[in-house]
Amino acid sequence: MLSDRRPILLANARIIDPSRDLDFPGDLLIADGVIRDAKRGIGAAGVPEGAEIVDCKGRVVAPGLIDMRAFVGEPGAEYRDTLATASQAAAAGGVTTIICQPDTSPAIDEPAIVDFVLRRARDTAIVHVQPMAALTKGLEGKEMTEIGLLKAAGAVAFTDGTKSVTNAQVMRRTLTYARDFDALVVHHTEDPDLIGEGVMNEGELAARLGLHGIPTAAEAIMLERDLRLVALTGSRYHAASLTCRESIEILRRAKDAGLPVSAAASINHLTLNEIDIGPYRTFFKLSPPLRAEDDRAALVEALASGLIDIVMSDHNPQDVETKRLPFAEAAPGAVGLETMLTAGLRLFHGGQLSLTQLLVAMSTKPAQILGLPGGTLRNGAPGDVIVIDPDISWVLDPAENPSARIRPSTRPDSKAA
Amino acid sequence: MTIAATSSFVLNRRHLLGIEGLSRDEIIGLLDLAEEFVDLNRQIEKKRASLRGRTQINLFFESSTRTQSSFELAGKRLGADVMNMAVGSSAMKKGETLIDTAITLNAMHPDILVVRHHASGAVELLAQKVDGSVINAGDGAHEHPTQALLDALTIRRNKGRIEGLIVAICGDVLHSRVARSNIILLNALGARVRVVGPSTLLPSHVERMGVEVTRDMRAGLQDADIVMMLRLQRERMNGSFVPSTQEYFAYFGLDQKKLAYAKPDALVMHPGPMNRGVEIDSSVADGAQSLIREQVEMGVAVRMAVLEALSRNLPNA
Repeated sequence: MLSDRRPILLANARIIDPSRDLDFPGDLLIADGVIRDAKRGIGAAGVPEGAEIVDCKGRVVAPGLIDMRAFVGEPGAEYRDTLATASQAAAAGGVTTIICQPDTSPAIDEPAIVDFVLRRARDTAIVHVQPMAALTKGLEGKEMTEIGLLKAAGAVAFTDGTKSVTNAQVMRRTLTYARDFDALVVHHTEDPDLIGEGVMNEGELAARLGLHGIPTAAEAIMLERDLRLVALTGSRYHAASLTCRESIEILRRAKDAGLPVSAAASINHLTLNEIDIGPYRTFFKLSPPLRAEDDRAALVEALASGLIDIVMSDHNPQDVETKRLPFAEAAPGAVGLETMLTAGLRLFHGGQLSLTQLLVAMSTKPAQILGLPGGTLRNGAPGDVIVIDPDISWVLDPAENPSARIRPSTRPDSKAA
Repeated sequence: MTIAATSSFVLNRRHLLGIEGLSRDEIIGLLDLAEEFVDLNRQIEKKRASLRGRTQINLFFESSTRTQSSFELAGKRLGADVMNMAVGSSAMKKGETLIDTAITLNAMHPDILVVRHHASGAVELLAQKVDGSVINAGDGAHEHPTQALLDALTIRRNKGRIEGLIVAICGDVLHSRVARSNIILLNALGARVRVVGPSTLLPSHVERMGVEVTRDMRAGLQDADIVMMLRLQRERMNGSFVPSTQEYFAYFGLDQKKLAYAKPDALVMHPGPMNRGVEIDSSVADGAQSLIREQVEMGVAVRMAVLEALSRNLPNA
């Protein structure tokens, strides 16, 4: 991000490189947009002439976050979010790479649209944007997309967004074909027929609120099917958003069997549960739905043990008019780019994760799984670096949240350099 | 001539959105007040002036005959100006949102809004946007508080108590706001509540709401004092939740034979409208143990009590 600027020295920092499990006091030098060095005592003497020197005063310096699942409204729903506004929210939240989802209008299911998104992002976004492309044409779950050409155009992975491919034959063939291109298949695991009219987690709370529930089995069945197809095809597979204890057990078996699988959980499912819905708060209506506390605890545990590889924001801003409705009629989704890291720090402050573990899941692992160059502070890595003060608390003001309609945020809590 | 009320019970809250959250004393206060209106409604002069000058709007997003007419009569007998709005046929069809409808009506200064909506939680959402009192006349599968109150009044008048009674609620509990409100109210007053129905029509974890659950009418009705039947909607009868009306009636329809499992003096209730021959046999519905017509009578009295008790808490009351 800094390729056009003079060299910069981040001095007196607590340097955390999650890719090498390093955590030490030192300085970090960036020049020509890449990391030149990170060690103790580079100091003013060790930097090129004209370099900017920033005193970090002991704050954390880490690789920028890579958000594996953000729904940006561009093209087609620019009233919700654009590549520009999403990127501003991302920058304020320490996210230096957004992986945007293909369920736009039109869907990102042709190479020309991948190209469009990349060009728009280059011209309007202030962080990196890498699109996933559709797994099936029109996200309809019927015919596979041009996986080879889309990948060549720049698609980093293939997914149908919040839709599941219900036809097992289509899924098997698509996985098989994707393997030839070493393409990563990312799948939303929820059986739509089992979701039915469901709008929240099935259980006592749904029974009391008189809302139709979505059983955890809707997720477990789809995940189990997928992983059996992965065993059959040997393709690289990533579960887009797991939410419950059952899924963790299924994932564990697949990983123990050595299958090429990875999985993510959203920051929402790691820090909130169904009780947050309270009296029909539609802002907590998500897809997949918030689950029980026991499920949330299982996700955090799985994240700490590395079974869950990635934490993503599931950023999906909705227009206020689609939220100010009775719960069953409201649209699912919440903002997340700006708040993912801060919410994640709750797990750190709660003693459930180390800072390094959190950064592995938000930066190093997404880079590795997607084959992107970031997620590390090694010499020569991109200069996508963030400065974090883990102890500042702040309140998100809707008027200042870029994704809820423009205006760049200047929150100091976690800044992208 | 108008007769002054003797009970001075005030419902110390602005809205009645559900039975959940009502205290035992509030429930009993409402039932006692309703008793007065039962007597009043049986006289030739049925009017009181306690809501004179007040405007009551019945806002029904879902069609209803008995609940709406019951609220209309209740309001008129207390002297309020009552307006009925069937929203299904007007603004919502033009794309107006629930909140805009609420704001529009609120500008007309209604004192009381009686609201029914097909979505759970919708009445509560609307209540946040208006200045007057809101009474929930049924929201989705969530609550129908005045139905539970009128059921409780009917039971108390016939059994002399509610505490310790065994009440079996039978049928489509999953989609029933009547069942939810009744479960909460009957539990609050110390009854033993059972729910009986095919598993496809019982919410998951319903046992966590403090009820015994059974899928068998014989076990469910054993020693029951009250048998409360629920309506099965037509669209759920043919293969989606139960295979057919014939099979449903065979296992869960209340006929004389199944009623015989209950106590000999057991009483039968139904919130209406009934599907005769589906969930209830005509011989039971019209039989000596049926309270169904009395429920309708109690409905007007209970709604008068709710209107009266809430209006005593309105500004300038």
